[in-house]
Amino acid sequence: MSVRTVSQLQKGEKAVIRSFSDRLMSLKLLEMGCVPGCEVRLDAVAPLGDPICINVGGCYSLSLRLNEASTIEIE
Amino acid sequence: MKQENIKIALVGNPNAGKSTLFNALTGLRQKTGNFPGVTVEKKSGTFRLVGGSGQPDRDVTVVDLPGTYSVYPKSADEGVVMDILANPKHPDYPDAVIVVVDASNLQRNLLLFTEINDLGLPTILALNMLDVAASMKLTVNAVQLAMQLNVPVVKINARTGEGVPILQQAVSTLVDKKEKPSVKYFYVPKGNEPALIEEVKSLHQLDNDYVALQYVCQHDNFSFLAQPVRAKLDGLIEKYEFDETGFLAEETIARYKTIKPIVDKAVKSEGISEQPLWTRKLDKILLHPFWGYVTFAIILMVIFQAIFAWASYPMDWIDENTAALIGWTKEVLPAGVLNDLLTDGIMAGIGGVIIFIPQIAILFGLVSLLEESGYMARVMVIMDKVMRKFGLNGRSVVPLISGVACAVPAIMTTRSISSRHERLLTILVTPIMSCSARLPIYSILIALIIPSTKVLGIFNMQGLVLFGLYFLGLAGALVSAWILSLFIKRTEPGYFMLEMPTYKLPRWGHVGFMMYDSVKSFVLEAGKIILAISIILWVLSSYGPSDHMEVAEKKVVMSMSSASAEERGAAVASARLENSYAGNFGRFIEPAIRPLGYDWKIGIALLASFAAREVFVGTMATIYSISGDSEDVLTVKQRLVQEKNDQGGPMYTPAVCYSLLIFYVFAMMCMSTIAVVYRETHGWKWPLIQLGYLMVLAYVSAFAVYQLMS
Ligand SMILES: Nc1nc2c(ncn2[C@@H]2O[C@H](COP(=O)(O)OP(=O)(O)OP(=O)(O)O)[C@@H](O)[C@H]2O)c(=O)[nH]1
Ligand SMILES: [Mg+2]
Repeated sequence: MSVRTVSQLQKGEKAVIRSFSDRLMSLKLLEMGCVPGCEVRLDAVAPLGDPICINVGGCYSLSLRLNEASTIEIE
Repeated sequence: MKQENIKIALVGNPNAGKSTLFNALTGLRQKTGNFPGVTVEKKSGTFRLVGGSGQPDRDVTVVDLPGTYSVYPKSADEGVVMDILANPKHPDYPDAVIVVVDASNLQRNLLLFTEINDLGLPTILALNMLDVAASMKLTVNAVQLAMQLNVPVVKINARTGEGVPILQQAVSTLVDKKEKPSVKYFYVPKGNEPALIEEVKSLHQLDNDYVALQYVCQHDNFSFLAQPVRAKLDGLIEKYEFDETGFLAEETIARYKTIKPIVDKAVKSEGISEQPLWTRKLDKILLHPFWGYVTFAIILMVIFQAIFAWASYPMDWIDENTAALIGWTKEVLPAGVLNDLLTDGIMAGIGGVIIFIPQIAILFGLVSLLEESGYMARVMVIMDKVMRKFGLNGRSVVPLISGVACAVPAIMTTRSISSRHERLLTILVTPIMSCSARLPIYSILIALIIPSTKVLGIFNMQGLVLFGLYFLGLAGALVSAWILSLFIKRTEPGYFMLEMPTYKLPRWGHVGFMMYDSVKSFVLEAGKIILAISIILWVLSSYGPSDHMEVAEKKVVMSMSSASAEERGAAVASARLENSYAGNFGRFIEPAIRPLGYDWKIGIALLASFAAREVFVGTMATIYSISGDSEDVLTVKQRLVQEKNDQGGPMYTPAVCYSLLIFYVFAMMCMSTIAVVYRETHGWKWPLIQLGYLMVLAYVSAFAVYQLMS
């Protein structure tokens, strides 16, 4: 089975960030507080299915596109 | 002792409350809003620090900066921050930095703090948004935090001004410290980097490791480094095989590792922390697949209803009163040239503008409500996918929506769009959104041709047509973006990634001030142009080359000797205008605008409004009051109704009005917009392409509409 990413989360499902598959994107994500080991939860999906809103570490809500979310690998 | 004038800078994550604090400190009214990326350029203000115990009072200059998540900029606005902080010779280089942090999200906010600290700047931490943190059941121990971070920590509430005097005192204490303590780095690089840093430090005579590192990573963004210097730094990067991306990722992760235990100690949480209840509840509806769009549509409808239906009462009142005032002035003052200039020129022109104050106030008030509540960020999310289809970004929503108020600030907000390609497209199409200066033109023409009937019992027909025009502007902007995206090649992938702010109750005082400010600048700015143009126009239409006007007058008098005095008077005035300088200009361009259904009088107004479209209605008022029968004073609308065309029928037929409406939806008639596009794109290429594109679009659409309807 291939690695799951944040883009495959179900609504309300929680997961822990493991690593990133895109180096440049990871810089931005790290700055935004998505650090390996941090827990995320899928909170909302925009009406057209993209972008999504995830809760980062219980702190705040981050909205990102599916292709951005798919670079975040989860455990 | 420090020098007399102290300089401080406000730095922090986007939406942390920097501008709100700036306003609390300086008493100014810098724009704030509840979404990331409101401030896009630096802005300074001052406050007075009252010196105690024998010390003199001192002025403190505060610089409000755009928000940024780290010292490595990702978009045009963020670049401003490091350009100042890494360059001690910069006029704004601060003596101390206040890092404003959102206490409800301390961990991520502290990342930037540790970076600023490592740059060696004297730093104060301002803990803001503590009320939001409290609603998330979080308590922050400021003393604990101050001890661990080794800087002064002040609890504030930027909105209410709580803690601001303490913060000012902390600034004073910090800058008065005799010796600068040596920097305690939160992050120390390993491997090859220390050697690289040492070399850069000796090369540029720097004493701070982290600043040296910034020279390595960001020299291309530093405006203060010359090209040869940059090339040399590139050489060093190669020599030490410095892998920037890998290094930055490592640095950020290491910093979070240092921050985590600090936050764990300082922040106490009762139970599981969550976004505030209200935010979660509202997002359930506003981001809902179905209800999300329904509410968005309803909000838009309410805005148009408000602009048209609610604003009409004060507008009618103003309209009647200005007409009455003009009539009164005409009678009271001795008749003559000056009287005519004052009444027909200046007062008619100004009157044509102040009538729109209620609409402008409502429009700006509602847009600022959207911004202050936090809803704007949700609109970006629900619109991102749609926007992407047209080559834009969800963030383009902000310029497009604020473009409804005015394109100039709207174009500046595009700086927070990180992809250059998406930003350029947004800049190019934002002027197609119907700005408030078009509102007067729309209102008056709609009132002329559309009856004020009710549709479905609630919607005003005129309001619906207005909605249609705005919709046409939006559709035009999107389709144009799509067309332009076919020609402008994309160089980098765009990304979205947006922090969702918690919903906040708008501050009514703030909204009120936004309305007041916009009305004030509309009346003053537009008023100045309109005043100038009305006077010029009046002169140009009252005088003509040699004796053409007199000759024309005589001709009319002779040919109409049997007509009533009243009819003759009107004909004479019209003939004089036609032969004046202004009339000549109008006649000159008439062949070009005939196919659109316009005559030479509209031509004059069109020419006059080239620099600023708000002049159009005022110009019409001036032209028609000069050419009209000067006995009784009419409102602008009444004059337009009475105006006759060459065949003696009404001039303002639906075909002409629709043609004019469509023309003004697309035409780029605004000097300020051209100037701001020039500034934001650094050259004439794009503003000229834009001007050409929009003018052709306006002409062709108006032509098509007129030909189809007549
Ligand atoms: N509840 C609460 N809201 C605050 C506080 N301080 C600021 N705000 C609100 O937070 C929002 C953002 O404030 P701004 O001052 O525009 O934020 P900024 O840091 O300048 O943001 P950018 O310019 O985008 O970087 C506004 O709606 C403020 O009214 C606070 O202490 N408590
Ligand atoms: Mg700001």
